[in-house]
Amino acid sequence: MREVNTIMQSQATYDYKVVRQFAVMTVIWGIVGMLVGVIIAAQLVWPDLLPFEWLSYGRLRPLHTNAVIFAFGGSALFATSFYVVQRTCHTSLFLPGLATFIFWGWQIVIVLAAITLPLGFTQGKEYAELEWPIDILITVIWVAYAIVFFGTIGIRKTPHIYVANWFYGAFIIAVALLHIFNSAAIPVTLTKSYSAYAGVQDAMIQWWYGHNAVGFFLTAAFLGMMYYFVPKQAERPIYSYRLSVVHFWALVFTYMWAGPHHLHYTALPDWTQSIGMVFSLILLAPSWGGMINGIMTLSGAWHKLRDDPILKFMIVSLSFYGMSTFEGPMMSIKTVNALSHYTDWTVGHVHSGALGWVAMISIGSIYYLIPRLFGKAQMYSVGLINVHFWLATLGTVLYIAALWISGVMQGLMWRATNADGTLTYSFVESVKASYPFWTIRVVGGVLFLTGMLLMAYNMFKTIASGRAVDDAPVLVPAHAH
Amino acid sequence: MESLYLLIPFSVVLVFVIGVIFWWSLKSGQMDDLEGPAYRVLMDDDRATATPGEQAPSNESVDADQSPLNK
Repeated sequence: MREVNTIMQSQATYDYKVVRQFAVMTVIWGIVGMLVGVIIAAQLVWPDLLPFEWLSYGRLRPLHTNAVIFAFGGSALFATSFYVVQRTCHTSLFLPGLATFIFWGWQIVIVLAAITLPLGFTQGKEYAELEWPIDILITVIWVAYAIVFFGTIGIRKTPHIYVANWFYGAFIIAVALLHIFNSAAIPVTLTKSYSAYAGVQDAMIQWWYGHNAVGFFLTAAFLGMMYYFVPKQAERPIYSYRLSVVHFWALVFTYMWAGPHHLHYTALPDWTQSIGMVFSLILLAPSWGGMINGIMTLSGAWHKLRDDPILKFMIVSLSFYGMSTFEGPMMSIKTVNALSHYTDWTVGHVHSGALGWVAMISIGSIYYLIPRLFGKAQMYSVGLINVHFWLATLGTVLYIAALWISGVMQGLMWRATNADGTLTYSFVESVKASYPFWTIRVVGGVLFLTGMLLMAYNMFKTIASGRAVDDAPVLVPAHAH
Repeated sequence: MESLYLLIPFSVVLVFVIGVIFWWSLKSGQMDDLEGPAYRVLMDDDRATATPGEQAPSNESVDADQSPLNK
């Protein structure tokens, strides 16, 4: 052992510290974000659950979305991208000191969000609520992230750039552009600003941002994660590397125009809505390219799913990805949207992607990473991963099935008319009819959150008996055969 | 729709930028071998060395039978 260590010290080692920090925070922020999610789901059933205006639904809802997307999802992406770019480029990080700044900067952003959103400071733009000083801090951190990530690719020891890095790279560039355009605002005071755009123009920019954030933050980046961790966990090459390259370019060339489908039947010009619908339908092809590629990686080795719960997380996440990327284009069709818009169906669709795809692929990847970062052969308890898997799957299914039913029911009740043209139902009747399904949603959310708590226990037990790995040697790349 | 005067030219510029990156990836040989990279990522063994008292996983191969999760 001592000899091995001496050899290792004489060569470069991977920078695992920032990966470890973000991996642990992924679980912590996941619990926080999902706890807030369970609270607001419960507030819909019991509106007087919590006192004080800053704990009301309207204040907590943006806290939930920001926490799960940017704190939980963001940490998972930082952790995995820093790991993947180092391992596949066979080099340690470019400017590791800047990576430390990224970690602490991102934590400050999250804490500031957790303070300002409940206090009611908001730009009022969905998924871009944070006020201008925080937006500037995010921009600085994001530029640092781009420098570290692309710098590491620049100093790679292998000529080929693995496909996962292309997806992460596209995500970093796209999110930078989206953030700058959509957050453009004129500050009035430290905590108040007005958008640079007005009215329907503002709505168009907002949903150009909003949908592309879904596309690049919650899809492209997590596909990058999938393209590394699914083959590694399955110990099999990706089903078709060729397909991964083709669908990457198809995705980046066609993604940018799906946003207007969020504004069907609004003041947005009809032709713009139709463009949004057509581009959304086109997106089915590259989306399913990734889903098929990931799942078929197990072709001929399906037995691995029997006893590997990490792989179960990954393959089920791809199934949910396939489902929600079919559902999305379908809901963007104007006639379908006339029924689904503003109902719970949309919320259910989002969670099919968020819980089923984003959270599950992240959870699987973090379970893969933790033992490697803390010098263990495997997690403290593989059995607990299995329990987590079933809690997460059951929670997600309960959540989305309940909201499919309540969503379609709301859509049908709102459009029902009597023979004389008057509305059959008042709005409050549709609210009353939704209560049973909102209760099921709370149960689904509690199950998913319980799984995350088990994950935290499993993680801390693994860490307690492990050691921080800082001596993983940078391996010489295997050459082409 | 003034916002489209911003978004459409921006998208056109972006498509050209993506086109240039695509062209670079072709010319620089990124797509010369579209099978090998899938295998090379598996040849990088990233399993941790065992802590004292723990069974050391093999560092030699990516043989599926040696996966700690397979019984």
